[in-house]
Amino acid sequence: MPTAGLNRGFAKRGFAPWADRTLQPLLRLEALSKRFGAFTAVDQLSLDIYQGEFFALLGPSGCGKTTLLRLIAGFEQAGAGRILLDGIDLEPVPPHRRPVNMMFQSYALFPHLNVEANVAFGLKQEGLAKAEIAERVADMLALVRLQNFGRRKPQELSGGQRQRVALARSLIKRPRVLLLDEPMAALDKKLRGETQFELMALQRRLGLTFIIVTHDQSEAMTVADRIAVMDRGRLMQVAPPAEIYEQPNSRWVADFVGEINLFEGRVGDDGTSVEGTALGRLRVAAKIDAESGATVWVAVRPEKMRITASEPPRGEAGGTGPENCAAATVIDIGYLGDLSIYKLCTDAGVSVKAALANTGRFTEAAVGCDDKVWASFPPDAAIVLTR
Amino acid sequence: MRKASALNLAALGIGIAFLYLPIVILVIYSFNASHLVAVWGGWSTRWYAELAGDAPLLQAAFISLRIALLSAGVATVLGTLAAVALVRFGRFRGRLLFAAMIYAPLVMPEVITGLSMLLLFVAVSIDRGFWTVVIAHTTMAMCFVTVIVQSRLVDFDMSLEEAAMDLGASPLKTFVAITLPLILPAIAASFMLAFALSLDDLVIASFTTGPGATTLPIRIYSEVRLGVNPEMNAVCSIMIAVVGIAVIAASLLTKLGAARGAQARL
Amino acid sequence: MTNRQRQRSFMAQFVVRIPYAWLVAFFLVPFLIVLKISLSQTAIAQPPYTPVFDLAAGWHGLRNFFADLSFDNYALLGSDPLYVLSYVKSVEIAAFSTLLLLVIGYPIAYAITRMPRRAQAVLVLLVVLPFWTSFLIRIYAWMNILQHDGPLNQLLLGLGIVREPPAWLATDTAVYIGMVYSYLPFMVLPLYATLEKLDEQLLEAAADLGCPRWKTFWLVTLPLSAPGVLAGALLCFIPIVGEFVIPDLLGGSRTSMIGQTVWTEFFANKDWPTAAAVAVVLVCLLVTPIIVFQHQAMRGTEHG
Repeated sequence: MPTAGLNRGFAKRGFAPWADRTLQPLLRLEALSKRFGAFTAVDQLSLDIYQGEFFALLGPSGCGKTTLLRLIAGFEQAGAGRILLDGIDLEPVPPHRRPVNMMFQSYALFPHLNVEANVAFGLKQEGLAKAEIAERVADMLALVRLQNFGRRKPQELSGGQRQRVALARSLIKRPRVLLLDEPMAALDKKLRGETQFELMALQRRLGLTFIIVTHDQSEAMTVADRIAVMDRGRLMQVAPPAEIYEQPNSRWVADFVGEINLFEGRVGDDGTSVEGTALGRLRVAAKIDAESGATVWVAVRPEKMRITASEPPRGEAGGTGPENCAAATVIDIGYLGDLSIYKLCTDAGVSVKAALANTGRFTEAAVGCDDKVWASFPPDAAIVLTR
Repeated sequence: MRKASALNLAALGIGIAFLYLPIVILVIYSFNASHLVAVWGGWSTRWYAELAGDAPLLQAAFISLRIALLSAGVATVLGTLAAVALVRFGRFRGRLLFAAMIYAPLVMPEVITGLSMLLLFVAVSIDRGFWTVVIAHTTMAMCFVTVIVQSRLVDFDMSLEEAAMDLGASPLKTFVAITLPLILPAIAASFMLAFALSLDDLVIASFTTGPGATTLPIRIYSEVRLGVNPEMNAVCSIMIAVVGIAVIAASLLTKLGAARGAQARL
Repeated sequence: MTNRQRQRSFMAQFVVRIPYAWLVAFFLVPFLIVLKISLSQTAIAQPPYTPVFDLAAGWHGLRNFFADLSFDNYALLGSDPLYVLSYVKSVEIAAFSTLLLLVIGYPIAYAITRMPRRAQAVLVLLVVLPFWTSFLIRIYAWMNILQHDGPLNQLLLGLGIVREPPAWLATDTAVYIGMVYSYLPFMVLPLYATLEKLDEQLLEAAADLGCPRWKTFWLVTLPLSAPGVLAGALLCFIPIVGEFVIPDLLGGSRTSMIGQTVWTEFFANKDWPTAAAVAVVLVCLLVTPIIVFQHQAMRGTEHG
């Protein structure tokens, strides 16, 4: 949803290890490839993930994000490329020896063991003393607020409780990296929201590195320090949420994350305008990084579109007429409570989407269906995409 | 929408009656004081008393029990290994032949399997007796074990094993600590089946047995082909009772375990 | 091959090779031996056939060995009507029994699926329980009932349905009764398993589209239960062809089924080569249904 990306929530102030050239990444993926028969799941993917990040892999079904996670965990073997953890190649290391733990989408709690035994399982494999195990299990159960549930069996817990057991079980070994495979897919919306914030708090508190796989954009935007958007085994863009949303690097990313209006045209001679679009000549704020005459796309988020009853005044930079605007008719309105999505059709027959917040309660809607309006956007709201 | 019509209930009723009537009649006649079926001589336990004194019969029963225990034990182990291989090891070389050898004995007429094994023992000059019957029964039973355990393994949630490995358990440890406990009911059920099959087998035992290793079915058969014999009625009634109690107890236990788990499920 | 792959295949070999070796030794090799003996002659010797395979005889011995093998036994099978009739009878009885089993077993299996869930487990147990009690015992139980002055005839006489007690034992009817009685669980269980997995929603969809109950059964349930029907039919037909105990105890002596023929040749006539030849032909007869059965069964073994 449009507003989510701007919600910094628990975002860590000034935390950007990826920008620091001197820092070594915790996890480095080098030209990783994985094929299943004729199908390429991961295609020469390279990525650096840093200590302390909450990293999200976002993409549509079948884009390879879960395969990537399983490659890191060791349940799949790469056809080509390397995975380096703290500089060490993980290839010869079997999954039960990697300092990496995974939280499964189905939670995979052992049905024949109770909660305590489930959580203690990982520690038992390390051969620790019984007393120490018991203490750490108790601490971890308290951390996920399941102190009184130790003796219960997984079948006796609710979905949210089971998820917390799965989390406790994978965190107790203090892994270098925690992998989360769509951990909130089975939860209802409200619980999902609460769990997202709990996860973020936990991650910050324990100082661990999380990699989460999700197909839910708002979830990725809420929790992640950086998001990697994937499509068909390749990385499309890797950046913090705000950057992904406000500065997508391609039409695909712009369209995948949130809604977008795209207008195709050619770069004008002055370098700040795009000509021949469905809305006529469009002006943008920054200088376009492309040659004059090159084909580009002007992308505008719906919440940055403005709807006015009358033609907007001419632009500040002067010019011969109103710019970045068009006359349109309101075709459809989607009421979402906090905002409304307006589907417009310009007189030239071009479809435009605008989103406006419903700031007043029970006020007579300013704009109604079949109304004749003007859609416009300020130059600095536009992004120019070259691919 | 699961409503049984009168027709359904009738079919069930008749079917179950058909299955149990002969057994009930058998048991009743084991208490018949008269040794003639046509004449009802009143209730008596004399045949059971005679049974207690029939040493060869009791010995045959003992031999059958030992054979059944041994062959069921080995068959369960071999069958479980075979099931794991079939389900988990994908396409290995010789898989087709392996699977064929697993499924063929399930349907092959027993005279053929019995005959072929006897010929094997003769060809390699193994003396026939107790151990040849054990080998034969093991081979026959192992296929049933494989089928049962395999169907459980196919349904098994692999992510449980992955989770265990992820938490640091080696593949072997994972199998022992996670997989085995969860497929144990299937393994136990197949052990019982192997046991029952061995205890009950006539044809294969006849072919592969030797002097001093007469099994109970062989003894019963030799008596029975001469005609109905009230002492046999007693033997059979006892066997029915023992097996009936064991099976009912086993299924109650499994149902109890399943019910406890299902009840607690939210 | 990576280290890990090498590790895994070591364990894999261990797990596969043991049952594999066992089956090859005690299932495959015996079959080859049966084949070999079917090509041999009877002899008054120990073992009662010639030639005997003797590695110590060397290459010359080997050539003599192969020279002595012949298809005489098969010729005998083809020429003597006793054997041909036996095969035909076996297939006939097996086919008709399987049909009977289907006709009787399908309604039972179907009825179980219509009962409430909790009752279903009990009912399946009830159907299977007799199977756990000895096979021999159950056939013997029928001997009791079908006797000349047994309870069945007593009942029929008492009800006035017949004036003379009919002979039940030593007839084909008795054999059919025995077959159906013994193999009913083998038919009901696969049928039940398939019918039980049937998606209720399919039947509801059919009803929603205007299909009356009987039509839904005919057009939806029956075709979808075909795999179960096939499995049950094969599971019954193939072993029934080679049945021994039931025809021996309940049937007449006019024509034997093939299982009895093998038994007689082997134990009574002590003619191992002929018995082996009979067995080989029987296997050939059953090869097609066996392969179909294996194919069906193997489809279920691929994991995930």
